Amino acid sequence: MNTPAHTATLDAARAHARSQASTQSATQATIPSTEATDLPPGVSAADVRWDETLAAGGYTALTLARHGRLRLSDLEGDTCAGMLVYNAQNTAERLNVADTVKVQWQTYLTSGAVLLSDLGRALMTITADTSERHDALCGGTTKAANERRYGDGALHSSSPAARELFTVAGARHGLARRDLPPSLNLFKSARVEGDGTLRFNGSRTAPTYIELRADLDVLVLIVNSPHPLDDRSSYTTTTLRLTAWNAAPPPDPIAAAVSPERVRAYENSLQYVIGATR
Amino acid sequence: MSTIIHDEIIAPRAAWTGVVQAGETLRIVDLDGNQAVDCLLYNAHDTAERYSAPDTITAQGNIFLVVGSQLRSNEGAVMATVTESTCAYHDTIGGACSRESNTLRYGHHTRHQHGCVDNFLIGGSHHGLGKRDLVSNINWFMNVPVAADGTLGIVDGISAPGLHVDLRANMDLLVLISNCPQINNPCNGFDPTRVRVVITR
Repeated sequence: MNTPAHTATLDAARAHARSQASTQSATQATIPSTEATDLPPGVSAADVRWDETLAAGGYTALTLARHGRLRLSDLEGDTCAGMLVYNAQNTAERLNVADTVKVQWQTYLTSGAVLLSDLGRALMTITADTSERHDALCGGTTKAANERRYGDGALHSSSPAARELFTVAGARHGLARRDLPPSLNLFKSARVEGDGTLRFNGSRTAPTYIELRADLDVLVLIVNSPHPLDDRSSYTTTTLRLTAWNAAPPPDPIAAAVSPERVRAYENSLQYVIGATR
Repeated sequence: MSTIIHDEIIAPRAAWTGVVQAGETLRIVDLDGNQAVDCLLYNAHDTAERYSAPDTITAQGNIFLVVGSQLRSNEGAVMATVTESTCAYHDTIGGACSRESNTLRYGHHTRHQHGCVDNFLIGGSHHGLGKRDLVSNINWFMNVPVAADGTLGIVDGISAPGLHVDLRANMDLLVLISNCPQINNPCNGFDPTRVRVVITR
Protein backbone atom coordinates (compact mmCIF):
# COMPACT_ATOMS: atom_id res chain seq x y z
CA MET A 1 0.00 0.00 0.00
CA ASN A 2 2.99 2.28 0.50
CA THR A 3 4.24 1.76 -3.03
CA PRO A 4 3.65 4.94 -5.04
CA ALA A 5 0.78 4.34 -7.46
CA HIS A 6 1.61 4.56 -11.12
CA THR A 7 -1.58 5.97 -12.52
CA ALA A 8 -0.44 8.65 -14.93
CA THR A 9 -1.74 6.85 -18.01
CA LEU A 10 -5.00 5.00 -18.68
CA ASP A 11 -3.16 1.67 -19.03
CA ALA A 12 -1.31 2.20 -15.78
CA ALA A 13 -4.44 3.38 -13.95
CA ARG A 14 -6.39 0.32 -15.14
CA ALA A 15 -3.61 -2.04 -14.13
CA HIS A 16 -3.38 -0.32 -10.75
CA ALA A 17 -7.12 -0.59 -10.18
CA ARG A 18 -7.22 -4.27 -11.11
CA SER A 19 -4.22 -5.14 -8.95
CA GLN A 20 -6.20 -4.29 -5.81
CA ALA A 21 -8.87 -6.98 -6.11
CA SER A 22 -6.93 -9.71 -4.33
CA THR A 23 -6.92 -7.72 -1.08
CA GLN A 24 -8.80 -9.33 1.82
CA SER A 25 -10.50 -7.26 4.52
CA ALA A 26 -11.26 -8.58 7.98
CA THR A 27 -14.81 -7.30 7.52
CA GLN A 28 -16.44 -7.99 4.19
CA ALA A 29 -19.10 -10.12 2.55
CA THR A 30 -18.45 -13.67 1.35
CA ILE A 31 -19.12 -13.71 -2.40
CA PRO A 32 -20.62 -16.07 -3.29
CA SER A 33 -22.22 -16.74 0.06
CA THR A 34 -22.27 -20.46 -0.70
CA GLU A 35 -18.51 -20.45 -0.02
CA ALA A 36 -18.97 -19.23 3.56
CA THR A 37 -17.10 -21.16 6.25
CA ASP A 38 -17.38 -21.53 10.02
CA LEU A 39 -21.14 -21.98 9.76
CA PRO A 40 -23.60 -22.82 12.54
CA PRO A 41 -23.90 -26.58 13.22
CA GLY A 42 -26.09 -28.32 10.68
CA VAL A 43 -26.04 -25.49 8.13
CA SER A 44 -24.82 -26.47 4.68
CA ALA A 45 -22.81 -23.88 2.75
CA ALA A 46 -25.05 -24.52 -0.26
CA ASP A 47 -28.00 -23.06 1.68
CA VAL A 48 -26.25 -19.84 2.74
CA ARG A 49 -27.87 -16.80 1.15
CA TRP A 50 -25.81 -14.03 2.73
CA ASP A 51 -22.67 -13.91 4.88
CA GLU A 52 -20.97 -10.71 5.98
CA THR A 53 -19.01 -9.21 8.85
CA LEU A 54 -19.54 -5.58 9.80
CA ALA A 55 -17.00 -3.38 11.55
CA ALA A 56 -17.96 -0.51 13.84
CA GLY A 57 -20.04 1.95 11.84
CA GLY A 58 -20.95 -0.65 9.21
CA TYR A 59 -24.39 -1.29 7.78
CA THR A 60 -26.11 -3.73 5.48
CA ALA A 61 -29.52 -4.69 4.09
CA LEU A 62 -30.56 -8.21 3.22
CA THR A 63 -33.69 -9.98 2.15
CA LEU A 64 -34.72 -13.30 3.58
CA ALA A 65 -37.42 -15.62 2.27
CA ARG A 66 -40.13 -16.97 4.61
CA HIS A 67 -38.69 -19.75 6.83
CA GLY A 68 -35.12 -18.52 6.18
CA ARG A 69 -32.83 -18.08 9.16
CA LEU A 70 -30.58 -15.22 10.16
CA ARG A 71 -27.84 -15.56 12.77
CA LEU A 72 -26.18 -12.46 14.18
CA SER A 73 -23.00 -13.18 16.12
CA ASP A 74 -21.26 -10.87 18.57
CA LEU A 75 -17.76 -12.20 17.85
CA GLU A 76 -15.84 -10.21 20.46
CA GLY A 77 -18.54 -9.57 23.05
CA ASP A 78 -19.04 -5.83 22.67
CA THR A 79 -21.09 -5.22 19.54
CA CYS A 80 -24.46 -3.50 19.23
CA ALA A 81 -26.64 -4.39 16.26
CA GLY A 82 -29.43 -1.99 15.40
CA MET A 83 -32.17 -3.75 13.44
CA LEU A 84 -35.26 -2.86 11.42
CA VAL A 85 -37.49 -5.36 9.62
CA TYR A 86 -39.98 -4.81 6.77
CA ASN A 87 -42.32 -7.01 4.78
CA ALA A 88 -40.20 -7.40 1.63
CA GLN A 89 -43.32 -7.45 -0.56
CA ASN A 90 -44.81 -4.29 0.96
CA THR A 91 -42.35 -2.16 2.91
CA ALA A 92 -45.19 0.01 4.23
CA GLU A 93 -45.58 -2.91 6.65
CA ARG A 94 -42.72 -2.83 9.14
CA LEU A 95 -41.54 -3.64 12.62
CA ASN A 96 -43.58 -2.01 15.37
CA VAL A 97 -41.64 -2.21 18.63
CA ALA A 98 -44.52 -0.83 20.70
CA ASP A 99 -46.90 -3.53 19.48
CA THR A 100 -44.13 -6.13 19.84
CA VAL A 101 -43.69 -5.51 23.57
CA LYS A 102 -47.30 -4.63 24.34
CA VAL A 103 -48.99 -7.52 22.56
CA GLN A 104 -46.61 -10.08 24.11
CA TRP A 105 -46.82 -8.44 27.58
CA GLN A 106 -43.01 -8.46 27.73
CA THR A 107 -40.39 -5.72 27.38
CA TYR A 108 -37.33 -7.96 27.09
CA LEU A 109 -37.22 -10.06 23.94
CA THR A 110 -35.50 -13.44 23.81
CA SER A 111 -36.09 -16.95 22.42
CA GLY A 112 -39.68 -17.49 21.36
CA ALA A 113 -40.45 -13.80 21.02
CA VAL A 114 -42.06 -12.61 17.81
CA LEU A 115 -41.13 -9.38 16.02
CA LEU A 116 -44.52 -7.95 15.13
CA SER A 117 -45.38 -5.77 12.19
CA ASP A 118 -47.72 -2.80 12.43
CA LEU A 119 -50.28 -4.93 10.59
CA GLY A 120 -50.53 -7.57 13.29
CA ARG A 121 -48.34 -10.21 11.69
CA ALA A 122 -45.23 -12.06 12.82
CA LEU A 123 -42.34 -10.79 10.69
CA MET A 124 -39.67 -12.85 12.45
CA THR A 125 -39.27 -15.10 15.48
CA ILE A 126 -36.25 -15.35 17.79
CA THR A 127 -35.37 -19.06 17.60
CA ALA A 128 -32.12 -19.09 19.62
CA ASP A 129 -30.43 -16.56 21.87
CA THR A 130 -27.25 -16.93 23.95
CA SER A 131 -27.01 -13.19 24.60
CA GLU A 132 -30.39 -12.38 26.19
CA ARG A 133 -29.33 -8.73 26.27
CA HIS A 134 -31.54 -6.96 23.78
CA ASP A 135 -33.51 -3.74 23.89
CA ALA A 136 -36.77 -2.74 22.21
CA LEU A 137 -37.20 0.65 23.93
CA CYS A 138 -34.18 2.88 23.35
CA GLY A 139 -33.90 2.92 19.55
CA GLY A 140 -30.86 4.09 17.59
CA THR A 141 -28.63 7.13 17.97
CA THR A 142 -29.12 10.40 16.09
CA LYS A 143 -26.53 12.65 14.49
CA ALA A 144 -27.24 15.27 17.15
CA ALA A 145 -26.71 12.78 20.00
CA ASN A 146 -23.44 11.50 18.53
CA GLU A 147 -22.18 15.05 18.04
CA ARG A 148 -22.68 15.60 21.78
CA ARG A 149 -21.03 12.33 22.83
CA TYR A 150 -18.29 11.77 20.24
CA GLY A 151 -17.96 15.13 18.52
CA ASP A 152 -19.46 13.90 15.26
CA GLY A 153 -22.36 11.75 14.05
CA ALA A 154 -22.20 12.21 10.29
CA LEU A 155 -22.22 9.23 7.97
CA HIS A 156 -18.64 9.80 6.80
CA SER A 157 -17.29 10.38 10.31
CA SER A 158 -15.68 7.76 12.54
CA SER A 159 -18.79 7.82 14.77
CA PRO A 160 -21.80 7.62 12.41
CA ALA A 161 -25.22 7.69 14.05
CA ALA A 162 -27.51 4.68 13.70
CA ARG A 163 -30.13 6.81 11.99
CA GLU A 164 -27.68 7.94 9.30
CA LEU A 165 -26.64 4.33 8.71
CA PHE A 166 -30.25 3.12 8.52
CA THR A 167 -30.97 5.91 6.05
CA VAL A 168 -28.40 4.76 3.50
CA ALA A 169 -29.19 1.08 4.09
CA GLY A 170 -32.91 1.63 3.50
CA ALA A 171 -32.42 3.99 0.56
CA ARG A 172 -31.12 1.04 -1.48
CA HIS A 173 -34.61 -0.43 -1.17
CA GLY A 174 -36.59 2.71 -1.88
CA LEU A 175 -37.01 3.70 1.76
CA ALA A 176 -36.67 7.29 2.96
CA ARG A 177 -35.95 8.85 6.33
CA ARG A 178 -39.68 8.80 7.09
CA ASP A 179 -39.58 5.01 6.72
CA LEU A 180 -37.32 4.51 9.74
CA PRO A 181 -39.48 3.69 12.77
CA PRO A 182 -38.05 2.99 16.25
CA SER A 183 -35.48 0.18 15.93
CA LEU A 184 -34.27 -2.75 18.01
CA ASN A 185 -30.86 -3.02 19.67
CA LEU A 186 -29.37 -6.51 19.78
CA PHE A 187 -26.50 -7.50 22.12
CA LYS A 188 -26.89 -4.37 24.28
CA SER A 189 -29.69 -4.00 26.75
CA ALA A 190 -31.42 -1.58 29.06
CA ARG A 191 -33.61 -2.42 32.03
CA VAL A 192 -36.56 -0.48 33.40
CA GLU A 193 -36.48 0.11 37.14
CA GLY A 194 -39.53 0.43 39.36
CA ASP A 195 -39.76 4.20 38.99
CA GLY A 196 -39.36 4.01 35.22
CA THR A 197 -35.63 4.75 35.18
CA LEU A 198 -33.82 3.24 32.18
CA ARG A 199 -30.59 1.56 33.28
CA PHE A 200 -28.01 0.55 30.66
CA ASN A 201 -27.25 -3.15 31.13
CA GLY A 202 -24.50 -3.68 28.56
CA SER A 203 -23.76 -7.01 26.95
CA ARG A 204 -22.49 -10.45 27.80
CA THR A 205 -18.74 -10.32 27.30
CA ALA A 206 -18.34 -13.82 25.84
CA PRO A 207 -19.10 -14.34 22.14
CA THR A 208 -22.85 -14.77 21.76
CA TYR A 209 -25.40 -15.09 19.00
CA ILE A 210 -29.08 -14.61 18.28
CA GLU A 211 -30.92 -16.51 15.57
CA LEU A 212 -34.16 -15.44 13.92
CA ARG A 213 -36.59 -17.11 11.54
CA ALA A 214 -38.44 -15.19 8.87
CA ASP A 215 -42.21 -15.67 9.15
CA LEU A 216 -42.85 -13.62 5.99
CA ASP A 217 -40.49 -12.62 3.18
CA VAL A 218 -38.57 -9.86 4.94
CA LEU A 219 -36.14 -7.03 4.30
CA VAL A 220 -33.75 -6.58 7.24
CA LEU A 221 -31.63 -3.48 7.85
CA ILE A 222 -28.68 -3.91 10.22
CA VAL A 223 -26.32 -1.25 11.58
CA ASN A 224 -23.30 -1.77 13.84
CA SER A 225 -23.44 1.28 16.07
CA PRO A 226 -23.18 1.86 19.86
CA HIS A 227 -26.29 1.81 22.02
CA PRO A 228 -27.68 5.28 22.82
CA LEU A 229 -27.26 4.69 26.58
CA ASP A 230 -23.65 3.46 26.23
CA ASP A 231 -21.89 6.42 27.86
CA ARG A 232 -18.32 5.52 26.90
CA SER A 233 -16.75 8.56 25.28
CA SER A 234 -15.24 6.53 22.43
CA TYR A 235 -17.39 5.01 19.68
CA THR A 236 -17.17 1.40 20.84
CA THR A 237 -18.80 -1.53 19.08
CA THR A 238 -16.99 -4.68 17.98
CA THR A 239 -17.27 -6.90 14.93
CA LEU A 240 -20.68 -8.26 14.00
CA ARG A 241 -21.17 -11.30 11.78
CA LEU A 242 -24.38 -11.98 9.86
CA THR A 243 -25.19 -15.27 8.23
CA ALA A 244 -28.51 -16.02 6.50
CA TRP A 245 -29.58 -19.33 5.06
CA ASN A 246 -32.57 -21.06 3.56
CA ALA A 247 -34.22 -23.59 5.83
CA ALA A 248 -37.06 -26.07 5.71
CA PRO A 249 -40.42 -24.89 7.09
CA PRO A 250 -40.47 -25.22 10.88
CA PRO A 251 -42.81 -27.58 12.70
CA ASP A 252 -46.20 -25.85 12.86
CA PRO A 253 -45.41 -22.59 14.72
CA ILE A 254 -49.09 -22.10 15.52
CA ALA A 255 -49.14 -25.36 17.47
CA ALA A 256 -45.76 -24.62 19.07
CA ALA A 257 -46.56 -21.06 20.20
CA VAL A 258 -46.77 -20.66 23.95
CA SER A 259 -49.15 -17.70 24.07
CA PRO A 260 -52.49 -16.94 22.41
CA GLU A 261 -51.13 -13.64 21.10
CA ARG A 262 -48.30 -15.40 19.25
CA VAL A 263 -50.76 -18.00 17.91
CA ARG A 264 -52.81 -15.23 16.29
CA ALA A 265 -49.67 -13.46 14.99
CA TYR A 266 -48.70 -16.66 13.16
CA GLU A 267 -52.30 -17.13 12.02
CA ASN A 268 -52.23 -13.63 10.53
CA SER A 269 -48.87 -14.30 8.80
CA LEU A 270 -50.16 -17.59 7.41
CA GLN A 271 -53.30 -15.83 6.19
CA TYR A 272 -51.09 -13.33 4.34
CA VAL A 273 -49.43 -16.23 2.52
CA ILE A 274 -52.76 -17.94 1.84
CA GLY A 275 -54.21 -14.69 0.54
CA ALA A 276 -51.27 -14.14 -1.81
CA THR A 277 -51.38 -17.65 -3.27
CA ARG A 278 -52.44 -17.60 -6.90
CA MET B 1 -52.30 36.97 30.34
CA SER B 2 -52.44 34.28 27.72
CA THR B 3 -54.77 34.44 24.73
CA ILE B 4 -56.94 31.49 23.78
CA ILE B 5 -56.42 30.72 20.08
CA HIS B 6 -58.42 27.53 19.87
CA ASP B 7 -60.77 25.68 22.23
CA GLU B 8 -62.48 22.50 21.13
CA ILE B 9 -64.00 19.35 22.55
CA ILE B 10 -62.96 16.16 20.80
CA ALA B 11 -65.82 13.70 20.71
CA PRO B 12 -65.37 10.16 22.02
CA ARG B 13 -63.49 7.96 19.47
CA ALA B 14 -62.70 10.94 17.20
CA ALA B 15 -59.53 12.12 15.48
CA TRP B 16 -58.19 15.67 15.78
CA THR B 17 -55.36 17.54 14.09
CA GLY B 18 -54.05 21.02 14.67
CA VAL B 19 -51.07 23.28 14.25
CA VAL B 20 -49.39 24.65 17.36
CA GLN B 21 -46.83 27.37 16.70
CA ALA B 22 -43.53 27.59 18.56
CA GLY B 23 -44.12 29.26 21.92
CA GLU B 24 -47.81 28.33 22.07
CA THR B 25 -49.19 25.88 24.61
CA LEU B 26 -51.49 22.98 23.89
CA ARG B 27 -53.57 21.91 26.89
CA ILE B 28 -55.30 18.53 26.78
CA VAL B 29 -58.03 18.01 29.39
CA ASP B 30 -59.28 14.56 30.37
CA LEU B 31 -62.82 15.85 30.86
CA ASP B 32 -64.51 12.69 32.12
CA GLY B 33 -61.51 10.80 33.52
CA ASN B 34 -59.20 7.94 32.50
CA GLN B 35 -59.35 8.67 28.79
CA ALA B 36 -56.23 7.74 26.83
CA VAL B 37 -55.25 10.40 24.30
CA ASP B 38 -52.93 9.01 21.62
CA CYS B 39 -50.74 11.73 20.20
CA LEU B 40 -48.09 12.23 17.50
CA LEU B 41 -46.10 15.40 16.79
CA TYR B 42 -44.55 16.45 13.47
CA ASN B 43 -42.32 19.34 12.52
CA ALA B 44 -44.92 21.43 10.66
CA HIS B 45 -42.34 22.41 8.03
CA ASP B 46 -40.75 18.99 7.46
CA THR B 47 -42.94 16.10 8.53
CA ALA B 48 -40.10 13.59 8.04
CA GLU B 49 -39.04 14.94 11.43
CA ARG B 50 -41.51 13.64 13.99
CA TYR B 51 -41.90 12.61 17.61
CA SER B 52 -39.60 9.79 18.68
CA ALA B 53 -40.47 7.80 21.80
CA PRO B 54 -37.01 6.17 21.99
CA ASP B 55 -35.13 9.47 21.64
CA THR B 56 -37.40 11.02 24.27
CA ILE B 57 -37.05 8.30 26.90
CA THR B 58 -33.35 7.71 26.23
CA ALA B 59 -32.48 11.39 26.61
CA GLN B 60 -34.36 11.70 29.91
CA GLY B 61 -33.36 8.24 31.17
CA ASN B 62 -36.91 7.32 32.15
CA ILE B 63 -39.87 5.79 30.34
CA PHE B 64 -42.55 8.01 31.89
CA LEU B 65 -43.55 11.46 30.64
CA VAL B 66 -43.87 13.95 33.50
CA VAL B 67 -43.63 17.69 34.11
CA GLY B 68 -40.35 18.81 32.58
CA SER B 69 -40.16 16.02 30.02
CA GLN B 70 -38.76 17.21 26.69
CA LEU B 71 -40.49 15.55 23.77
CA ARG B 72 -37.80 14.83 21.20
CA SER B 73 -37.85 14.19 17.49
CA ASN B 74 -36.25 11.40 15.48
CA GLU B 75 -33.43 13.87 14.80
CA GLY B 76 -32.92 14.48 18.51
CA ALA B 77 -34.41 18.00 18.60
CA VAL B 78 -36.73 19.15 21.38
CA MET B 79 -40.19 19.49 19.82
CA ALA B 80 -42.19 20.37 22.94
CA THR B 81 -41.89 20.51 26.71
CA VAL B 82 -44.39 19.25 29.29
CA THR B 83 -44.83 22.41 31.32
CA GLU B 84 -47.70 21.31 33.54
CA SER B 85 -49.49 18.06 34.34
CA THR B 86 -52.04 17.30 37.02
CA CYS B 87 -51.88 13.60 36.06
CA ALA B 88 -48.76 12.10 37.68
CA TYR B 89 -47.29 10.52 34.58
CA HIS B 90 -48.07 9.45 31.02
CA ASP B 91 -47.05 6.55 28.75
CA THR B 92 -44.99 6.49 25.58
CA ILE B 93 -43.97 2.83 25.19
CA GLY B 94 -47.41 1.25 24.65
CA GLY B 95 -48.09 2.50 21.13
CA ALA B 96 -51.49 2.91 19.51
CA CYS B 97 -54.29 0.39 19.15
CA SER B 98 -55.21 -0.82 15.69
CA ARG B 99 -57.65 -3.26 14.15
CA GLU B 100 -54.71 -5.57 13.41
CA SER B 101 -53.16 -5.49 16.88
CA ASN B 102 -56.64 -5.89 18.36
CA THR B 103 -56.86 -9.27 16.64
CA LEU B 104 -53.68 -10.34 18.42
CA ARG B 105 -54.64 -8.96 21.81
CA TYR B 106 -58.35 -9.75 21.97
CA GLY B 107 -59.22 -12.11 19.15
CA HIS B 108 -60.06 -12.06 15.45
CA HIS B 109 -63.61 -10.87 16.21
CA THR B 110 -62.28 -7.39 17.12
CA ARG B 111 -60.96 -6.61 13.62
CA HIS B 112 -63.86 -4.29 12.80
CA GLN B 113 -63.72 -2.24 15.97
CA HIS B 114 -62.47 1.36 16.02
CA GLY B 115 -58.75 1.90 16.61
CA CYS B 116 -56.30 4.76 17.06
CA VAL B 117 -54.33 3.89 13.93
CA ASP B 118 -57.43 4.57 11.83
CA ASN B 119 -57.75 7.95 13.55
CA PHE B 120 -54.09 8.75 12.84
CA LEU B 121 -54.54 7.69 9.21
CA ILE B 122 -57.67 9.77 8.62
CA GLY B 123 -56.26 12.78 10.47
CA GLY B 124 -52.87 12.52 8.80
CA SER B 125 -54.45 12.08 5.37
CA HIS B 126 -55.49 15.74 5.43
CA HIS B 127 -51.85 16.77 5.89
CA GLY B 128 -50.12 14.55 3.34
CA LEU B 129 -49.24 11.89 5.91
CA GLY B 130 -49.75 8.18 5.32
CA LYS B 131 -49.16 4.86 6.92
CA ARG B 132 -45.38 5.03 6.75
CA ASP B 133 -45.49 8.26 8.74
CA LEU B 134 -46.90 6.60 11.86
CA VAL B 135 -44.44 5.79 14.63
CA SER B 136 -44.56 4.99 18.34
CA ASN B 137 -46.73 7.65 19.95
CA ILE B 138 -47.53 9.29 23.27
CA ASN B 139 -50.47 8.05 25.32
CA TRP B 140 -51.54 10.91 27.55
CA PHE B 141 -53.35 9.77 30.72
CA MET B 142 -52.55 6.08 30.06
CA ASN B 143 -50.88 3.85 32.67
CA VAL B 144 -48.34 1.26 31.47
CA PRO B 145 -46.15 -0.09 34.28
CA VAL B 146 -43.13 -2.33 33.64
CA ALA B 147 -42.47 -5.06 36.23
CA ALA B 148 -38.99 -6.18 37.28
CA ASP B 149 -39.20 -9.23 35.00
CA GLY B 150 -40.12 -7.06 32.03
CA THR B 151 -43.85 -7.76 32.06
CA LEU B 152 -45.69 -4.68 30.87
CA GLY B 153 -49.26 -3.82 30.03
CA ILE B 154 -52.08 -1.34 30.28
CA VAL B 155 -53.66 -1.30 33.73
CA ASP B 156 -56.30 0.85 35.42
CA GLY B 157 -55.67 4.53 34.84
CA ILE B 158 -54.35 7.09 37.32
CA SER B 159 -56.21 10.00 35.75
CA ALA B 160 -59.47 11.55 36.88
CA PRO B 161 -62.11 13.96 35.54
CA GLY B 162 -60.63 17.36 34.79
CA LEU B 163 -56.95 16.47 34.94
CA HIS B 164 -54.84 18.08 32.24
CA VAL B 165 -51.42 18.22 30.63
CA ASP B 166 -49.78 21.25 28.99
CA LEU B 167 -47.23 21.07 26.16
CA ARG B 168 -45.33 24.16 25.13
CA ALA B 169 -44.18 23.91 21.54
CA ASN B 170 -40.46 24.43 20.93
CA MET B 171 -41.02 24.37 17.16
CA ASP B 172 -44.02 24.78 14.88
CA LEU B 173 -45.91 21.53 15.31
CA LEU B 174 -48.51 19.54 13.45
CA VAL B 175 -50.32 17.55 16.14
CA LEU B 176 -52.28 14.35 15.48
CA ILE B 177 -54.59 13.14 18.22
CA SER B 178 -56.71 10.04 18.48
CA ASN B 179 -59.22 10.21 21.29
CA CYS B 180 -58.76 6.50 21.90
CA PRO B 181 -61.78 4.33 20.99
CA GLN B 182 -60.46 1.14 22.63
CA ILE B 183 -63.11 -0.84 24.52
CA ASN B 184 -61.22 -4.03 25.35
CA ASN B 185 -58.83 -2.78 28.04
CA PRO B 186 -58.86 -0.25 30.90
CA CYS B 187 -57.10 2.57 29.01
CA ASN B 188 -60.44 4.37 28.67
CA GLY B 189 -62.16 2.75 31.63
CA PHE B 190 -63.98 0.62 28.99
CA ASP B 191 -65.97 3.74 28.08
CA PRO B 192 -64.41 6.19 25.59
CA THR B 193 -65.23 9.78 26.61
CA ARG B 194 -64.62 13.40 25.56
CA VAL B 195 -61.42 15.37 25.86
CA ARG B 196 -60.80 19.08 25.39
CA VAL B 197 -57.92 20.77 23.59
CA VAL B 198 -57.06 24.41 24.25
CA ILE B 199 -54.27 26.27 22.45
CA THR B 200 -53.01 29.45 24.10
CA ARG B 201 -50.40 32.04 23.30
